[in-house]
Amino acid sequence: MRYNKPATIIGLALVAAIAASRAQQSDIVIKLTGGQKKTIALPDFRGAGAAAQYTDLFNRTVYEDVQRSGLLAMAAKSFYPLNPPQQETDLRPTPAPAAPRRGEQPQPPNCNGRCLSDWAGAPTSANYLGFGYAAGQTGQFVAFGHFYNTGIADPNAAKVFRKLYTGALSEEGARKAAHEYAADILQQFGVPSLAGTRIYFVSDRSARGTKEIWVMDFDGANQRPITSYKSISTMPAVSPDGLRLAFTSYAKGQPQIMMYSTETGRFIPFFNPPAPTNGTPSFTPDGEQVLFASSIGGFMQIFVSDRSGANARRLSTTRAIEVEPKVNPKNPSELLFVSGRGGLQQIYKMNMGGSDVVRLTNGEGEASNPAWHPEGKHIAFAWTRGYAPGNWNIFLMDVASGETVQLTHGEGRNENPSWAPDGRHIVFSSNRGGRSSQIYSMLADGTAVTPLTRDGSNWMPVWSK
Amino acid sequence: MKQRHIAIALLAVSLFLTAAGCKKKQPVAPPPPPPPPPAKVEKAPAAVINSFTAEPSTIIRGESSTLRWSVANATEVAIDGGIGTVPASGSRQVYPSANTTYRMTAKGGGGDAIAAVTVTVTTPPPPPPPPPPAAKASLGERIARDVQDVFFDYDKSEVREDARATLQRNADAIKAILNDFPSAVISIEGHCDERGSAEYNLGLGDRRSSSVREFLSQVGVPADRLKTISFGKEKPFCTESDESCWGKNRRAHFVGVQ
Repeated sequence: MRYNKPATIIGLALVAAIAASRAQQSDIVIKLTGGQKKTIALPDFRGAGAAAQYTDLFNRTVYEDVQRSGLLAMAAKSFYPLNPPQQETDLRPTPAPAAPRRGEQPQPPNCNGRCLSDWAGAPTSANYLGFGYAAGQTGQFVAFGHFYNTGIADPNAAKVFRKLYTGALSEEGARKAAHEYAADILQQFGVPSLAGTRIYFVSDRSARGTKEIWVMDFDGANQRPITSYKSISTMPAVSPDGLRLAFTSYAKGQPQIMMYSTETGRFIPFFNPPAPTNGTPSFTPDGEQVLFASSIGGFMQIFVSDRSGANARRLSTTRAIEVEPKVNPKNPSELLFVSGRGGLQQIYKMNMGGSDVVRLTNGEGEASNPAWHPEGKHIAFAWTRGYAPGNWNIFLMDVASGETVQLTHGEGRNENPSWAPDGRHIVFSSNRGGRSSQIYSMLADGTAVTPLTRDGSNWMPVWSK
Repeated sequence: MKQRHIAIALLAVSLFLTAAGCKKKQPVAPPPPPPPPPAKVEKAPAAVINSFTAEPSTIIRGESSTLRWSVANATEVAIDGGIGTVPASGSRQVYPSANTTYRMTAKGGGGDAIAAVTVTVTTPPPPPPPPPPAAKASLGERIARDVQDVFFDYDKSEVREDARATLQRNADAIKAILNDFPSAVISIEGHCDERGSAEYNLGLGDRRSSSVREFLSQVGVPADRLKTISFGKEKPFCTESDESCWGKNRRAHFVGVQ
């Protein structure tokens, strides 16, 4: 291996630890970086010719992707050397320090940005440097991205990668190239990029009083509607392969489950039981079955059916409201659901036979919206514990131990968390700041909260492949 | 010039006449005695109708007119048209329904007198058709007027004690409404306040509407004409975050479906 691969081990390990700030509570800590964060410097690419107008967007997208990963510390741009390299040949080996004159401190070598040591030393103090340039070439947006380890003086040995990224000569093309470059940087640290993933959500921006299902890129770009029923369509769920979308809709009068193919853009028939209310669908890990809640027996109860809705089978048998079934992605015989069987709504676990029922939340407040982490060991969920009814916050729970950690702290109502495929990010809705409900992403430790929507009110995000 | 000649001539003539009038009179013979008075005849005077009027002379049908009369020297006065004999002077209200001529006959020893008045009766235009009977209240109006929402406690779907009387009244009203609208169905909407999760509230609204349906059906409303729909917290009645608004949103609401 020619370069020094970053040694950071990324794993989402749940470690019970005592949080000093919340001494009463045994918290779980999610290790997002496995230790000290490395620092990265990303001087802006300059654009030549037709690419120039898209270069700002390219730079911003790369920066945000890397920053949002939570993986790396971002060196302050104001500390960057003035003359960053644009291509490989701009880099010079770090010169030997000049012999200090008598009585003076030795001066570190300074090539104004053209030596990697300029970036490694104070004040930039970056461990890694990404640089390059963009140009229009044969009607395409072409970015030449470089990535170097600044801890190695010899540029040849310090090079991690150098690669061409192309896209259409448009904002879309610049964004695509930027996502790919950022993904390659993050890949060096063992973290898959979220570029290409999508977030489905509910929005009323088309017309007040209506709710449609929308979709956007993981970073909030390309927001576009899926449904246009001028009705209430809500509570989206996506199959694990990302190819099918299920949701609850009033488009035909009663609330019913509807199914949509993200491949063909067409609706797929789904057979609803003849009940006043059918809703809160989700998929099994193999995508072959659908779980949902139906009031065909008088109370909304948990059902499982084929993905067409046929062969529906009742899993729970209480005289209580039970909704939101969610099968463990790594253990298809285990599911979570929300039930009022013990009083106020709480999160419970049972097996696919409907037995071995265990209450996961401790009965304080109200709990809802369980969302399995991709590894199936813990969940994100919404809870009002410690707050008045209706004041939801996002919590994590280690399902085996029942230990919890609170990620949001009363900044409005925070609901419907959903994990990114990387298992490191959570998207959720919040009406923080006294504003209407909007979609935000954050790291699984509750930091790097980033708004993704702005128009109308937006709810119930679901992060999909 | 010519006018002056005429004036002078007239003056001359009048002077001549005046002079002639002043001529001294000659004495004349006494006139012959008057003839003897005629022999006295025992004969009564003839009747005289001094007045006979109708006031007003034109009436609208249904109104009255007053006949007034004054007769002298009559031995008998009569008016036709069903009035008959009347005093020599007087008045009488009449209510003719069509143009009527009243004839008065006054008999006197010396002769009769006759007079007549006509009362013209006009017919009013026909009245406008009576206003159409008040339009029958629509299904929606009937429900809005006669059927009241009922309210629930937080996270509860049981019919509250104070809601039972309301539902009993609703049941009577709904029975009457269903009777008047034979094809109608009543949809019972279940609603929740904003605090529970949207997913759980879908189930809670379902329970609230079902509880009301069960109650109504037990007191005799045909169950097959009641349907339920849960709106969870999707269609709040108000949006303030306080108990007065939450209480209004925890409700069962009734809607007619034709």
